Amino acid sequence: MRLLLAIVVALAVAGPASAACPSVSDLEGKFICPTCKTTLDQSDAPAARRIKAYLAERVAACASEEQISDELVAQFGPAVLAAPPREGFHWLAWLLPVVGLLGAGAVVSVFVWRWSRSRPAEVAPEANGRPPLDPELERRLDRELARFDR
Amino acid sequence: MATRLKLGAQLLAVALVTGLFALLIWKVATQDEGASRKLQRGETPPAPAFTLDRLDQPGKLSLAAYRGRPVVLNFWASWCVPCKEEAPLLEGVWNRYRDQGLVVIGVDINDLRSDARRFARQNKMSYPLAFDGIGKTSTDYGLTGVPETFFVARNGRLVCERLQAGVHLDGNRDRFDDCVQEVLSA
Repeated sequence: MRLLLAIVVALAVAGPASAACPSVSDLEGKFICPTCKTTLDQSDAPAARRIKAYLAERVAACASEEQISDELVAQFGPAVLAAPPREGFHWLAWLLPVVGLLGAGAVVSVFVWRWSRSRPAEVAPEANGRPPLDPELERRLDRELARFDR
Repeated sequence: MATRLKLGAQLLAVALVTGLFALLIWKVATQDEGASRKLQRGETPPAPAFTLDRLDQPGKLSLAAYRGRPVVLNFWASWCVPCKEEAPLLEGVWNRYRDQGLVVIGVDINDLRSDARRFARQNKMSYPLAFDGIGKTSTDYGLTGVPETFFVARNGRLVCERLQAGVHLDGNRDRFDDCVQEVLSA
């Protein structure tokens, strides 16, 4: 019971702390190098190296991701963010792909529905383009084949 | 019905492609080729205007405020090694010719403000400094990197030439001195 209590307390203490202190490697994928226009983790440009060092300093000071993000946007503008913020006009960047996919899905669905409705009724298959056998002839053929099976 | 739908979709696709093509033509026809290119062709285009936060003191720095004075406009960043090497030369020109009205303006681009301030302090840069973290002026002036230096005449037009790389370098040094004299007399 004491052990369980200790674990709960440890989690309660560690939980908020780890949420408040992001890792540098996580952050490097969320910001763009202003000179080479790739994420920091893919860049070794001098400007990228400086921003990485800044991230390390801020993470060491346990600044939150939101705080670091605000600071970098204040210096470099919103273009420093690898993903557009979920606010105002920037929502378009998140919504348009979804709207596009839904629209494309709707168009394809309409085409498939119309195509399936407009298909002609299935015609009885014909062997080698010839008309089907006469029923009497077919019965006779069955009898003859049954004799071979015996 | 299906034929009409198909025809509608085809018309929509053609309209979309035509619209995109028209947009491309409009963009190519109306885009500004940039002051740097005009300067390279021997023209003297107006220097692109800017108003930026000052780095060396509170407030704003506007290029328009220096109209009537010859300006040496230098773009730099704290992470740029040649910027450090050329800083004493720019500081020297500022001290030598400021009595004649010349002003050296340093625009720090794509940089962290704290780094830039430290750099300016360490390199004893006493001329007016502006901060452009976003790098908007970089686009307006068509920079290909830092450092780059331009010369703005009293009438607000770019003169002489743009000097790419450090002005202290052998290939640029004489040209830099010539351009300083040209902008002083323009």
